Amino acid sequence: MAPKLNVYVTEETVPGAGDGPLAGRSVGVKDNISTKGIRTTCGSRMLADYVPPYDATVVKRLTEAGATITGKTNMDEFGMGTTTETSAFGPTRNPVDPTRVPGGSSGGSAAAVAAGETDLALGSDTGGSVRCPAAFCGVVGIKPTYGLVSRYGLVAYANSLEQIGPLAPTVSEAAELLDVIAGPDERDATTRYDDREGHPAETATYADAADGDVDGLSIGVCTELVEGADDRVAERFEAAVDELVAQGAEAKEVSLPSVETAVQAYYVIATSEASSNLARFDGVRYGQSGGYDDNWNQAFADSRASFGPEVKRRILLGTFALSAGYQDRYYRKAQDARAWIRRDFDETFDEVDVVASPTMPVLPFELGESLSDPLTMYLADANTTPVNLANLPAVSVPAGRADGLPVGLQLVGPRFGEKTIIRAASAVDA
Amino acid sequence: MSTQASAERADLAVVIGLEVHVQLETDTKIFCGCSTTAKEDEAPNSRTCPVCLGLPGALPAVNEAAVEAAVRVGKALDAEIAPETRFHRKNYFYPDLPKNFQISQYDAPICRDGSIEVSVEGERREVVIRRAHLEEDPGSIVHAGGSIDTADYTLVDYNRAGTPLMEIVTEPDFRSPDETRAFLAKLEEVLEYLSIFDGGRDGSLRIDANVSLVPATEVADDGTIDKETLAAANRTEVKNISSHKGAEKALAYEVTRQRNAIKRGRAIDQETRHWDESRGITVSMRAKEEEKDYRYFDEADIPPLQVADWRERLSIPELPDARRERFREEYGLDNEAAAKLTSTKQVADFYEDVAGEFDPGLAATWVADVLLGELNYRDMGVADVADRLGEVVTLIRLVDKEEITRKNAEEQVLRSMLDEGVDPETVIEREGLGTADEDEVVVAVREAIDANPGAVADYHDGEDGALNYLVGQVMGATGGTADPGTVNERLRATLAEANEG
Repeated sequence: MAPKLNVYVTEETVPGAGDGPLAGRSVGVKDNISTKGIRTTCGSRMLADYVPPYDATVVKRLTEAGATITGKTNMDEFGMGTTTETSAFGPTRNPVDPTRVPGGSSGGSAAAVAAGETDLALGSDTGGSVRCPAAFCGVVGIKPTYGLVSRYGLVAYANSLEQIGPLAPTVSEAAELLDVIAGPDERDATTRYDDREGHPAETATYADAADGDVDGLSIGVCTELVEGADDRVAERFEAAVDELVAQGAEAKEVSLPSVETAVQAYYVIATSEASSNLARFDGVRYGQSGGYDDNWNQAFADSRASFGPEVKRRILLGTFALSAGYQDRYYRKAQDARAWIRRDFDETFDEVDVVASPTMPVLPFELGESLSDPLTMYLADANTTPVNLANLPAVSVPAGRADGLPVGLQLVGPRFGEKTIIRAASAVDA
Repeated sequence: MSTQASAERADLAVVIGLEVHVQLETDTKIFCGCSTTAKEDEAPNSRTCPVCLGLPGALPAVNEAAVEAAVRVGKALDAEIAPETRFHRKNYFYPDLPKNFQISQYDAPICRDGSIEVSVEGERREVVIRRAHLEEDPGSIVHAGGSIDTADYTLVDYNRAGTPLMEIVTEPDFRSPDETRAFLAKLEEVLEYLSIFDGGRDGSLRIDANVSLVPATEVADDGTIDKETLAAANRTEVKNISSHKGAEKALAYEVTRQRNAIKRGRAIDQETRHWDESRGITVSMRAKEEEKDYRYFDEADIPPLQVADWRERLSIPELPDARRERFREEYGLDNEAAAKLTSTKQVADFYEDVAGEFDPGLAATWVADVLLGELNYRDMGVADVADRLGEVVTLIRLVDKEEITRKNAEEQVLRSMLDEGVDPETVIEREGLGTADEDEVVVAVREAIDANPGAVADYHDGEDGALNYLVGQVMGATGGTADPGTVNERLRATLAEANEG
């Protein structure tokens, strides 16, 4: 018998209401998205017993659209990982090859979709956490433009970077799910797009864009993000681009020198924000109690001992990066790099419609392979993190297999250019 | 100040700067829809939601009413208002802080470089407001069974968490504790005029004061002190002050304490001190080893808010100083009456209503002396009778039409209205206080003359007191409802007739 994939932290069915666009479809929800009455652990021992008293906006939208929620999917603790191995509830296995990781941090969601345990799933993407597991498990994952989807109810890891995004077997199904969850939300001020033009999701229908028409589409192949890739990955990537060109697209090389700084900038900014976002876990209102002996600083410390090692590492890094005397050297510098990356992409989109690269520079790791070496794991985020730093939309679409393992093609679009990347990606998986 | 005392103090000058936290009177909290008003006997943590409890996944959404209030404060303080409002996170762990960071404004305060003019002992002084910014109030902490040192355990109540706060920071411009009192009273008055502040609410005003002493020779002729001198002086931060009166007491204590220490050759420790109001002393809380590192950074959940045109869009009412001046000119009031009648916006608005209908002098007497006097005696303010001011106008109207005497109106009707909560007509009806008619007076005069032949004889003998005595008898018989002047006239006439007859 195949080993258990361990895609859910909590399996619980929430039936949808009425006959909306997702009636009859099942959706797995990443375990950092709040579900009223169903525990939301973030893959952490800290929140093993935490039951939210409210639904995230996306969860409301799912059930109102008729979707049936199948459960809360496994994830790296608080989204901090690229393999779903840092979960306090054990690793999830890759359905394509159970000796390998499914990617992370939304590994449970991607694996559930790939294994057919659920039709669709929601993940969250802070530095690649939807696209990486989509690529490793051979499914489609979309990281929307920052502000397209409400984050209300998403337990924050790095709030200036992350978005909730859909995972599905095909581009058009991922786009259907995006149609349901996208839109302004008065509870998330960052979904306010423009007072005059309104929110793009109010008029766009993403599923209609999945028409496979790439005639005349110009694709920029980002040299910096192809150079570092494993040869087997690069080969599949080039074949996928060739396939798009064969369908009428044009491809040319583009250079974005700033993306070489992305991993460093990402880890400084993400950990800085995490050190603040995760401060609320002190055992006072929820989470593991720190007990009642000694003073409250000790109680806080005892409570926070229930974080796993990767979470502790990132909180310490972020606290350091924000400290007086170091903030200029780390946090400010990272913000400068972020601005540079944003500019680089803006200029590139004057020339091309989408920017293409392998989603992940590597094939899925063996279980346990990267845990002992965090730096290797961090470097695997080289192609996905620039997109979060620039707040842009990106999709990972399956581009065949190498050595029997899935490879993902990443297509990045301009701000709120979801239709463009969905159209392009739909030509790949058609 | 005695000459001797001045001589002793001549060598040191007082330097005080204030940080004033003011709760803004908005309907809802600054980042969520929870009410800011405590219900009577509300349970702890009942006026909360995922946002103000800092539940995982909850996000702040700015209540624009709080930002509008801040812009109005900026206008009233004649401050610069930043065209773009941004928020930051101030990171520190404390049990009353739901997220273990406070959303505040670090290097982008909504207001900066304002000022307030205060007058102390007739001397006008300008206090410079360095900055004023918005932030969220933490919850409140209840030390069960004692103080922070002796409590067995501590409870936290988040009902207050998320109440909009404005922190107003002054330059170290105060040279005495009474200046801080005058400033704070003025600030409260201005905030009250803007209708964004309720001084009666517990915790609505919290003051931290930085206090130091510098050699008096360092004070320039214009009262300024250079930055190096200020930086070199060891200062204490006094916390837990909650009123302008408290500020004067606390700072007078602290100045004396520092002065005595220096006199005895001891250095002033740089420390935070707690004002213990019941004991009337400041006590050391903790040494201030170094600046705390709050790791401020941008709050990405709140996009910058463009407020460049808000200054123009939002109006503020006439402020107390201007209104006082206008009252003097327009209504011919003296300084004292003008000051009393502009002490709160509600009083001033009411006065102008009354002065519009009646003679401004009569209106001033009624509002400043009669009404405020009676309210003050009962520890009440105009705000406590806000819904009954119409009844007061009715009463003044009755006096104006001479349907009731002024004395009865003041001493009986108004007092019953305030004590029993009844309307003026009811009191007048019940007590029979309507002005006595002509017939009643005629009858009472006749009876007084008949019943007091001795006094009548004295009157005819030219004794001064006799007529007053007879007036008193008539007034008594009519229960005070007769007009004393009319009674006086009627008596003289009747006595004259009798003498002739």
